[in-house]
Parts: sequence; structure tokens; C-alpha cells
Amino acid sequence: MSTTVILQESDVQVGYDTHQEHSHHESFITKYVFSQDHKMIGKQFLITGMIWAIIGGFFSVIFRLQLGYPESTFPWLEDLLGHWAKGGKLQPEFYYALVTMHGTILVFFVLTAGLSGTFANFLIPLQIGARDMASPLLNMLSYWFFFSASIVMMSSLFVQTGPASGGWTIYPPLSALGDASSGSKIGMDLWLASMAMFIVSQLLAGLNYISTILNLRTKGMSMTRMPLTIWALFFTAVLGVLSFPVLLSGAILLLFDRNLGTSFFLSDIVVNGKILPNEGGSAILFQHLFWFLGHPEVYIIILPAMGISSEVLSVNSRKPIFGYMAMVGSLFAIAILAFLVWAHHMFVTGLNPFLGAFFVLLTLLIAVPSAIKVFNWLTTLWRGNIRFTPAMLYAIGFVSMFISGGLTGIFLGNSSLDIHLHDTYFIIAHFHIVMGVAGFFGMYAGVYHWFPKMYGRFLNNTMGYIHFWVTLIGAYLIFWPMHYEGLAGMPRRYYDFSGWESFKMFAGLNQFISFISILVFAAQLLFVFNFVYSIFKGRKVTTQNPWKANTLEWTTPIRPGHGNWEGEIPEVYRGAYDYGKDGRDFIPQTEQIGENESHH
Amino acid sequence: MTQILLIAIVVMIFVVIFQISKASEYVSVLKGEDKARKQTNKINAFLLISFLIVGLIGVWWCNDMFYSKTLFPMGAASEMGQKIDLMLYITIAVTGVVFVITQILLFWFAFKYQENDDRKAYYFPHNTKLELLWTTVPAIFLTVLVVFGLKYWFKMTSDAPKDAVLVEVTGHQFGWEFRYPGPDGILGKKDYKLTKGANSLGVDFKDPASLDDIHVGVTMHIPVNRPIKFVINAQDVIHDVGLVHFRMKMDAVPGIPTTLWFTPLYTTEEMKVRSGNPNFVYEISCDQICGKGHFSMRGVIVVESDADYKKWLASQQPEYYTIFPDKKPKMDTLDSTAKSAPLSAKL
Repeated sequence: MSTTVILQESDVQVGYDTHQEHSHHESFITKYVFSQDHKMIGKQFLITGMIWAIIGGFFSVIFRLQLGYPESTFPWLEDLLGHWAKGGKLQPEFYYALVTMHGTILVFFVLTAGLSGTFANFLIPLQIGARDMASPLLNMLSYWFFFSASIVMMSSLFVQTGPASGGWTIYPPLSALGDASSGSKIGMDLWLASMAMFIVSQLLAGLNYISTILNLRTKGMSMTRMPLTIWALFFTAVLGVLSFPVLLSGAILLLFDRNLGTSFFLSDIVVNGKILPNEGGSAILFQHLFWFLGHPEVYIIILPAMGISSEVLSVNSRKPIFGYMAMVGSLFAIAILAFLVWAHHMFVTGLNPFLGAFFVLLTLLIAVPSAIKVFNWLTTLWRGNIRFTPAMLYAIGFVSMFISGGLTGIFLGNSSLDIHLHDTYFIIAHFHIVMGVAGFFGMYAGVYHWFPKMYGRFLNNTMGYIHFWVTLIGAYLIFWPMHYEGLAGMPRRYYDFSGWESFKMFAGLNQFISFISILVFAAQLLFVFNFVYSIFKGRKVTTQNPWKANTLEWTTPIRPGHGNWEGEIPEVYRGAYDYGKDGRDFIPQTEQIGENESHH
Repeated sequence: MTQILLIAIVVMIFVVIFQISKASEYVSVLKGEDKARKQTNKINAFLLISFLIVGLIGVWWCNDMFYSKTLFPMGAASEMGQKIDLMLYITIAVTGVVFVITQILLFWFAFKYQENDDRKAYYFPHNTKLELLWTTVPAIFLTVLVVFGLKYWFKMTSDAPKDAVLVEVTGHQFGWEFRYPGPDGILGKKDYKLTKGANSLGVDFKDPASLDDIHVGVTMHIPVNRPIKFVINAQDVIHDVGLVHFRMKMDAVPGIPTTLWFTPLYTTEEMKVRSGNPNFVYEISCDQICGKGHFSMRGVIVVESDADYKKWLASQQPEYYTIFPDKKPKMDTLDSTAKSAPLSAKL
């Protein structure tokens, strides 16, 4: 610990000399663009993520129009999309491109970079008591790699043959052969290039988060006193650092197969009447490489949401989070198991059944730490004194969604049931609820809760409540009925169901879902408006600790400068969850243990 | 015009929401923030409990409306599928109970323990007994589900019975091809490099076993009550043989043949009655995205009595004669299996 303290002390000068907000050493460029302040970088991730979310969400509205109204034409679509929507009707190729980009954008650019990118950057130094990240430069680079990845991905939308269209999982040979799909031409190369940059961004960020959490905690901030947000972000970073390189290797091999004539994933292929020379590759190998990242990826999304919700639930229940150590333990268990379950995405690939059995066992094992978390959240609410801030509502909504989506995981993890449900709307419902909606709810909880710390102003509450209620009800209306479509075997990624005797009876439901999805998208625009408006015109924060929370970020000035604390970094004497202890509403981490304080 | 009107309405709604939101912020400042907060707290607590009640009714209602459209009422059309349905029921029951209990607790706690000046939050940081309880109980339930699941999994993925009817299924962009081994019971060898023109599957006709093989597209015929084994290939990209009524599914991977087997229990005609749908057909859906025509990659299976199946099979001409019509012996019918067997041996 002593070395940590020395590091911190040297940081006091460095941090503070460069800071001096009022003396304006920082130009516009260094403050807002190439900033090395973790708080600004966090905001950059958040705003870029929000822009991506609007684009990705809008794509889903367009392809939902096709699913809901397959017989109709929309002349304005042609104005917007040109030859991709000839005569106002979305073309199949572009439908698949939109589906693919929707998945890619939401999974990687929004719920990975936008969620953990935002909150890891913003919260880690503030909550562990550090002036900044271990390496502010790497931190800045991580954002700019993400930004470059964004530019490349966006540019792929404008190439003539269209962006990647083989699904966000980009399984070869479809993604490897330009002859098989127009989206597998230049659009796919851009996709891979963009993802490579994205992965570099994740690695730079992850290494930084890990070393910051391990080395830069303030005096007294032992690992077991850290808020659960930090634990969750820590495990998220570990997952990312260990699994993203595997996707990078898969992406590079795929680039070789595409452009250099190698046969890693290609074998025995006749496409468009052309006999390809490739022999001996395995298309399934790519799936192993992909899901070795792909599965931890879903925990990279959900762990930060869990951490944020834990913190928000505890603060607003005025109670300690129930079972802190069990919460940390279950995060740890989930992080370990995340690496051992990837092949449950591959039960129908002809996987060795014996191997499959292990993946069933390990997959269903994840339900145990997940159950612990749910029951601990419920017990945190029990006999609390609950304030329903918009953040709190989102945290409660998160738990509800996590239960609903988590339980359907028990169906899909059981291989014999997965055979029937695989690649149907059941899986769409499952992962949208447990990863998409729950991930978003965690993110919203975080934004509503820490917005005052980010901008020194509050988001408008009424708009927040409307946003929450429309989103919660709408999300259930969209995704709950999809389970029935899935139980009927309705396959995902279909452009039109009207030719199928087995699936066409859901036309009315599809229309209903599409209609609701437009409403929910509109509610998200309300949030974006609230966000932008409140940055400039929101109600000002007048107290240092508006939520009466224990954690360290609320001991900084209302609008902290670069370096976070004006004087010395405060020392920590207790865990982050002493709410309601000994009859006191809350006891900040910086308060020394009293002589008569009870032990627990 | 309607579009402009629509946009105007949407913008109006946004403006109204914005004005109300601003106004309520001012009101809360005037009234005293504490008082205003307590009022919205009550409203939200009420909304949460209402959401729970309406939501649970909605779940019931949704089930009422869509259960009949799932595959449950008509039942699975294969032996294994019926066991899968049973397991689906059990899993729905177990998770359903957990779902209802936890959602009720969540929203009820939120409502019951809403902020109240008279109450102090109860300091309750942990309780080892409780935590052990909800570690072990889910673990036990999951173990039961895993045991049942794996029992069926091993059965489903086991080798097909020796007497199974063999059909080779080949997926390509965007359709299905089927090949039957003919009287000799052996599928002729294939080499993808031989794929050319009429020989669309790349069959190696130097292999005598290939001479009596039958090749059909789109519609497959299989007999009822006999185990059916599919050997599955793909020519270009990954496809997936989805058999919703039999609860079976298997990827078609270029270069790596896969297999699946099942025993159909009802003929197509019987299923028309069971499903109450006179247009009922067994469909093969492609369940792995394979390109722009993915959604139209449809195959049809006709399940019929053994006699009808044999009659159909006999009426089919071996692919060899389709591709090389000049090699076809001058005979009016080829319906006798006894005639074509020595034919392949001779060649």
C-alpha cells in the first residue's frame, strides 16, 4: 500500500498543475478533443455511443417496417436509401445489411464501448480515489482508436455493394466469399478493419482499467472496500483483455481467406457455379474463435450494468447492498464461467455430443451466481426506504429484465431444447431482454445517476420518468410475445414470412411489434433531447452529494477539474455501503470508524 | 401530405412533453423540492405495483392469445420431439414459478418499502444462511434439468438405427436437394470438383453405387413410423436444416458432413387433421443466415405410409439416367427394384 500512496502524492502535483481550470492552460483541443482527462474521455465514449445507438436503433426501425408491413411500400424509404429500397420497398440484401449493422453497432459500439467505455473511464478514478487513469495517454488513444473504428464502420455504409450483411457473427464461408453475398465484398473488409481497430481500443482501455484499479487506489481503499461498480468494471476489463485478442486472430485469418487465398475456414465450396480450390479448412473453427470472444462479450455488456444497478439500488434503498462479498464472488464466478461456455452457441453445428454435454453443464452453472445476484438485489430492496429517482427505476427495471431474460437462458443452455429453439425468435427475445434491454437499463441507470457529476446539472426528472415507463412497457410488449414465435420455430433473420405455411400466422403480431418498436425508439429520442438540453439548461446541482451517497466521487467539487480533488485525495476508512447503519442514513467512506460503531 | 402531418403531430407531442417537464420542474422548485419528490415517489410506487398487476395479467392474456399458434397444441410429429415438448413444459413450469415469484417480490418490495418518513431503512448487510439457501436451491433444480436434458441430448445425437431410411440433404443458395441411395442402400461417392452442369451435386458416376441413386429437389418423401437418417451437406455457405415439427435442427457445413435422425409419427395427411389446417405441410426452413435469399430457402417433406413411399420411390428415375439419357435401357418402366439392382451391378 505504501507505494500506492507515494504514487498518489506525486500525482497531486502533476494532476493539479495541469488542472487549474480557471487559469485556462488547456486549449479547446486539449480539453474537449484530445483530452487526457478520464472524465472527458468517458463523456466522449458516452456521446459517441449515443450517436451510434440512434443509428443502430433507427436501422432496427427500418427493418421492423419490412417485418411488420411486408406488403406495403414506403416511398420515403427510397428517398432515404436510394436503390437499396427500390420503389419504397427494402431489398433483401439491404435488409440483411441492416440486421447485421444493427447487431454490430449495438453489441460492440454501444453496449461495449458506450457502456463500459463510459463508466469505466468516468467512475474508476473517481470511485477509487485517483487523480486519473494509470496512463491517460493510452486512455486517450483508446478513445481515438474507437473513433477511427467508428469512422471505418460508418464508411462501410456508403460503399456501393453495401456494408457487411452476413449477420453480426460473420460466419464464413458467407462472410469470406464475395460471390456468395454482395455484403461480403468490400463492406466485409471494412467491417474487419473496423473491428481490428475496435479491439485495439478495447485492449488499451482494458489494460489501463486493470492497472488503475490494482495500483492507484487511495489510502485505505482495499479491494474489499471498493464499490461494486468498480468490481464489475474490473472483471469486465479482464474479460475483454483475455477474449478480444481471440476475435482479432479470427478476423485476421478471415482477412487472409478473403484476400490471400488461404483456406483456414474454407473447404469444398461451389459458389455461383465456381469451383473453389480451397480444401481442408473448417468453417466451424471460426465459430469457436468467434464465440470464445462472443460469449464473454455478453458478460462484458452485462457486468457493468450489474455493477451500476447494484450501486444505484443500494443508494436509493438507503440500505447496504445485501451480501457484498457474495456479490463480488458471483461476479468472479460469472467471469470465470464466461470463458467456458462458448460452444453453447454451437449445439447444432454437429459438435461432439460428449463435448456438448460439458458445455450444457457449465452453461447452466452460470444460473447459480446469477440467481444469487437476483436474490441479493431483492433483499437489498426489502425493508428499505426507497426513493424512485429515474436511475432507481432503471435499476429496478434492470433486475426485472435480467430475471425475464435470464430464465429463458435455462431453456437455451440445455442442448436438447436448444435444438428446437436455436436461431428462432426465442433466442432473439432472450438476448434482447437479458443483454440488450438489461444492458441499456444499466446504462440509463448510470447516466441518470452520474449525470450531475458529469455536467453539474440534473437531467429533467419528468422526461426521465416518461422515458422509463415507455421504455419498460414497450420493451416487454416487443420482446415478450417473441417467445411464442420462437416456440413455434419461427426462424430469425427472415426478410419475409409470407411464403411459409408454418410461420405466416404471426403476421399480425409482427405488425404489432413493429408499431411498438417505433414508439420505443421515439422515447429514446426524448432521452437524447433531455440529455443535450440538460447539459446546457438543466437544473444546476447545488450540493456536493445530491444522492446522499457514500462513494468517493461525491467528495469532489460539484464540477471536478482535471485531477478530481482540489486538495489531497481523501482517505478511506470503510466500505461503500454503510447505509442505515446504527440509525444513520449514510456514512461516507471517508468517515473514520466511530468508537462505538457496531461491527457487522 | 400525411407524412408532414404525421411529423407535425410527433413534434407537437414532443413539445408538449417538454413543456410539461419544464413546468413540473418549476413547480417542484416552488413547492419545495422535498415535497415534490415525495409526491412523484408515491406516483412511481403506484405505477410499479400497477405494472406488476397489469403485467402479470398481460402475460396470461398473451399466453391465451398465442399458445394456440405455437406447436404445442398439434404436438410434436416425432418420437423424440414429444419428449422435447415434455421437457419444454417442465422447464416452462419451473422457470415460470421462479419468474412469477421474483417479479412479484421485486415490484411488491419496491411498492411496500417506498420512502416514508416514519420508517428507517433496516441495516441488513448479509446473512450467510439466506445466501447459502439461494445458492443451493437453484443448483438442485438446475441439476435436475441438466440430467434430463443430457439424457435426451445423448439420445438425439446417438447413431441412427441400422434400418433407418437414408436421405442425403444438400443445401445451396437458396434451395435444398435430396438424394436417395436407391436399391443398393449406398449413396454414391461425391467430389465437389465434379459439380458441373446437370451434375449439380458433384456425384462421381465412376462409383457403381451412384448409378441407382435418386436425386430430387424441393420436395422430399419419407415413410411414417420408420427412423429417418439425414446426411447433411452444404455446397457454398453454411445452411441449417430446420425441422420445426420434428423438433430437429442441424447445420449444413461445406466440407464437413453432419447427420441427424428422427422417427416421424404422423403422415402429412394426419397432421392436416391434428393441426386443423388443411394446407399443412412439413417444411424445411434454413435456420442459418446464408445470403439474400435465406428467407426463401424452403423445402417440403411429404410423410406418407410405407406403401405410398415405396410407390413414390419406384416412380423415380435414377439421376444417372437423367444426366446420361442415352445410357438408359429401353424399358417402359423402371418401377421394379429387382430390375434396377442387377443393372447397377452390371455397370
